[in-house]
Order: sequence, then structure tokens, then C-alpha cells
Amino acid sequence: MTEPRTLFDKIWANHLVDTQEDGTCLIYIDRHLVHEVTSPQAFAGLRAAGRGVRRPDATIAVADHNIPTRPGARAGVIENEESRIQVETLERNVVEFGVPYYPIEDVRQGIVHIIGPEQGMTQPGTTVVCGDSHTSTHGAFGALAFGIGTSEVEHVLATQTLIQRPARNMQVDVEGPLPAGCTAKDLILAIIGRIGTAGGTGHVIEYTGQAIRELSMEGRMTVCNMSIEAGARAGLIAPDDATFGYLKGRPHAPKGAAWDAAVAVWKRLPSDPGAVYDTVVRIPAGEIAPYVTWGTSPQDALPITASVPDPAEIDDADRRQAVQRSIDYMGLRAGQPLQEIAIDTVFIGSCTNGRIEDIRAAAAVAQGRRVAENVRALVVPGSGLVKEQAEEEGLDRILTEAGFEWRDPGCSMCLAMNDDRLSPGERSASTSNRNFEGRQGPGGRTHLVSPAMAAAAAVAGRLADLRDLD
Amino acid sequence: MRKFETVTSVGAPLPQINIDTDKIIPARFLRTIEREGLGRHLFNDMRFDSEGNETPDFVLNQPAWRGANILVVGDNFGCGSSREHAPWALADYGVRAILGTDFADIFYNNSFKNGLLPIKLPAGDRDKLMEDAQRGENARITVDLENQVITRPDGEEIAFEVDPFRKHCLLNGLDDIGMTMERAGSIDSFESADRVARPWLYAE
Repeated sequence: MTEPRTLFDKIWANHLVDTQEDGTCLIYIDRHLVHEVTSPQAFAGLRAAGRGVRRPDATIAVADHNIPTRPGARAGVIENEESRIQVETLERNVVEFGVPYYPIEDVRQGIVHIIGPEQGMTQPGTTVVCGDSHTSTHGAFGALAFGIGTSEVEHVLATQTLIQRPARNMQVDVEGPLPAGCTAKDLILAIIGRIGTAGGTGHVIEYTGQAIRELSMEGRMTVCNMSIEAGARAGLIAPDDATFGYLKGRPHAPKGAAWDAAVAVWKRLPSDPGAVYDTVVRIPAGEIAPYVTWGTSPQDALPITASVPDPAEIDDADRRQAVQRSIDYMGLRAGQPLQEIAIDTVFIGSCTNGRIEDIRAAAAVAQGRRVAENVRALVVPGSGLVKEQAEEEGLDRILTEAGFEWRDPGCSMCLAMNDDRLSPGERSASTSNRNFEGRQGPGGRTHLVSPAMAAAAAVAGRLADLRDLD
Repeated sequence: MRKFETVTSVGAPLPQINIDTDKIIPARFLRTIEREGLGRHLFNDMRFDSEGNETPDFVLNQPAWRGANILVVGDNFGCGSSREHAPWALADYGVRAILGTDFADIFYNNSFKNGLLPIKLPAGDRDKLMEDAQRGENARITVDLENQVITRPDGEEIAFEVDPFRKHCLLNGLDDIGMTMERAGSIDSFESADRVARPWLYAE
């Protein structure tokens, strides 16, 4: 009998190329996603060293961070010169190095973490990397997926491997069903609020329990996406019939006899009964409510019915100062009910919440309602295919009739590298993943929420409890 | 990669917890295709006001700490994005060592690839060094990687741990792609076996 192993242990063992005496491991990378921001210096490094890309067939490139999302803007040249140069550099590099690329005008273009799963590139039991911390998204498929820096992007392009040390195993078990009105976003915000933004450092988190199993693949991607906001190297969810059902028939998914062989392999991946985790966190799903963040760290998450915390009530000095700094930056006051916070802008999109289910959730709230006066509300689908699907379902009409802007796909206002950003002091309810100072534009103030809660905020003109909408 | 040997400098104190990579370098400065020159945007939105003028309160704008080669930082430094622009900006500014309690994993990993040494210390040791750093220009701290020792201004020595492989690479300025390419035989063998086990992951 072998020791019971976790899902992470199995994937790690399956990808071990060799181990050095000091325990440093060389692990094989199955899938490498490349985008325009973190790759130019890596390709330049390859060129300088006279190296090529070892496995172009395991690599896919797309431009997403810099792409304008105003309707019609993508047809012309990108106005910002630096953004344009970055995209053009990627376009030259993919030709020179023979890397498959979805151009801006291709319907398959979109946010790198949306299109990997959409194209069936992301598969159970694989290792997936990208020069982007939200690569953790792909863990929803039971893939070991993590963000890397540009030096490592170059390392993977050249060798298809990475030098790594094994992570520790953490289990986050969410027992029971999610309460009504709660989504995957509320679930992950509650988890981060509980374990903190460094709670997962050095660990790979495996999410288990009924509330996780009952999530759609879109919801699982939202949960795994924000694992990095808990400091974890990666998030994982065991593959099951929902996973296989999502993948079947996608362009890069195995076909015919290979499909059956793959599923047989994938079914052996889930953690063995009795597998031991280094850290275990149990959260009753019944404790979860629609969540919002009030501060400038994703761990500053509270139920919408709560109030801004009072620094005077915090014992730890570092934490007290951080809370005070956040309150000052966010322009709030201690004890202020979260539902009294008026917002200027709503952003629905990003690799966290830019999938079809997210657009549907926003449209369901928007239907028959109007965006409040003086609120601008953007809906940015995560890919051309999400946009197409939403339009087939008529969601774009529901949203635009309610006063939302319907945009072209891209990272958009998640990180303000393109034209979409907040002005100093402007306040958003955003479905993205980070509420850091200046994340959505210098001086911008971000409250993280689910798509339904974002739409509710758009309608109410303030942070609002979607359970109370008329 | 630049070799790391010994660094002696004042330590700039940055006690704030959770200094994220957007604080180290905001996303709007990532629109570059170069590695160099990012030091001028290091801690941009803390270091400069919206007109681009220095904010006098920020530690690196004060005479005692301007150009410091060592930072002493609060918990969970470098959380957030995987952008290597963060260690590029730090290294380009002249930072060589960062003394803290814990660092976000990707930032920690990226630092070693750029001649930058992040050191994880027990909170008590970091707090002593933070006090040293706050004393300013006459309080010089020495970081000796070879011997894994930090020397405080008063001469007290604090030992630190570092992964032996990373230490070796940093001391010798080694490019790890070159080292991995020497193991191409192992990678070839892995791929040959894997093509049989999981043929659907390989183009025909």
C-alpha cells in the first residue's frame, strides 16, 4: 500500500523530471499561456541566447491587458504608444518563435485565463503556468496552475520545465450548501477574509466540501482565481463529472478513444481518502453571505450587512495602522454601514468574473431596472466567445437597456493598463480581484463584489444587498 | 545575473504590512518591453504626488535613506501580482537585500532571479532591524550571504536561512536556464514516457 496522497501530491509526482540532492525539483510544464505584458523580456532573452521555444504546441499567446474595450476601438490602432508597442512586440515574437496566437480580431481572443479553459487547453492533472498571478484560475479543473515571473516565462519557453520546491498542502473545506443569494465570489471573499492575504503562503489550497462540489465550472474558476489573494501558490478543485462535461468537445480537449483514456487517468486524480494536509480550515457554508470589501486588501471582506471596522478596537498595532490607512485611503469612517457607501462606477468583468455565468447573473439583476443616475457601469465580457454567447442569449440588450455599457473583451478596469480606469477619488463596485491602492487607477477606490452584487450596486447607486432589491 | 556578495547600507524602514506589487510598481508602468529603467517608478504612488513631485514624508525621499541598498519591511511584502517588474524596479533603484518576516511566494522567487536577496527572519529579529533602520544614516546594516549573517550597527550578528540552490546561484550570478539545459537528457526522457502516458497533450 502506498501512502494516501493529495491531488497536489499526485500532480507533482507525475511531473517530476528530476530532483537534486538539496531537494530542488525540476518539474515539467504541460501548458504555457503567454500575454503581452510579461513576455517581451522573456522572448528578448531567448533571442539574446540563441534559444528557441521547446514546445510551441504546448504554448498559446494572446494580448489582453492592454487591449481597448470601447466598442469599435480594437479595429483601429491602439492609441497609447507603449500599449501598442507591447502588443506589436508580442505579434512579432509569436511569428519569430512559432507560437500559436489568437489575434485581436479573432473571436477566441480574450483574457488569458478565460480562453485557456474555453479552448480546452486547461485539463485535469496538467501543470499550467503563465506570467500572471491569476493563473491559479485553472486549478478549477484539477490542474496545478500558478503564476510565474518573466525570468520563469523564459525558462519555460526554453526548457518546458521549472525549478521548484514542493508546496505544502492546505485544505479549505466548505461544508453544506451555499445560502441563497451567495455566489462563488462571496465564498472566496469569505475564505480570504477568514485566512488572510498571507494565510496560504507556501501552500497549494485544495477546496473541498459540498458548497465547492455544487459550484459550476465558472464558479470554481472564480474561487481558484482568487487563491493568490489568500497568498497561496495555487488553488485546486478535484475534477469530477462537471469538469469532464465542461471540457468535452472543446477544441484542444482529447477526442474519441483519447477522450476515454484521458477521463480514466483524470478519475484517478482526486485526493485519496485519508490523505494528510499540512493545514486544514473548515468553514460552514451557512456562515457565508453576500460579501463586499471595504479596504485596500482582499482580506478586508465583510458581509454587506456589516459596517466599516473601528481601528480603535484592534489590538495588533501593525494591523490597526493598516486598517486606519485603508479607511483614510478609501474615504470612509469607522462604523459606517457598508450599505451607505455611494459608488460612482461599476465594473463587471475580469478573469475573476468575466465568464458567461457572471454576465447572466448581472443581467438577471439588471432586467427591468435602471442604472442609478451619475453611475457609469461597464460590462466587459472575458472573451470574444463569452461576448458572442451573451449576445445570442440577449443579455447585452438587457444590460444596455438598463443603462450598462457593453464592451469588447479584455482585462479592462481590473488593472488600469488600458483606457478603462478610475479617476482619483472615484469609487467602484468591481467584480475584479484586487482592491489595492491605485489598482484601478491612481487614487481610485475599489470595493470587490460578485457580479450580482455589482449590478445591484449599479442600480442602487451605493453598495447594496441584492437580497433587498425590489 | 549580477552576483550578490556582501552589502552594507542604511536600511530604509517600510513597516507597513502587505505592501503589494501595485504599490512597488503600479500597473501603468508595466507597458515596457525592457527590464531596465524601472527604478524611477519604484513605489511611484507613495514616492511621488500626482504631479510627479517627491512626497517629502516617504522614506526614500528623506536624505538619510535616499538610495538605500537595504529595505526593512513589514509582513507579507510583495503580495499580489507576478510582475517581475517589481524586483526589476527594486534592483534598478539599487536595492540589494530586503529584510522581512515573510514574502509573497512569486515575488520571493522572482527576486532571486534578479540579484535581489529577500531574507525571512523571525519577527523579533526583523523588529530589531526595523529599529536600526529607523535610526537613519549612521546605522549601517551589513548582509553577508556567504556566511548567512546580518550585522547590526552595534555589531550584533543575526543568522539567516536561505535555500542552498538559490544561494549558490546568487553568489555566482548563475543563469538557471543554462543549468537546466544541461539536464536536457532528463527532460527528453520525461517527454518520451509522457507521450505514451498522455498522448493527447502532444500535437500529432
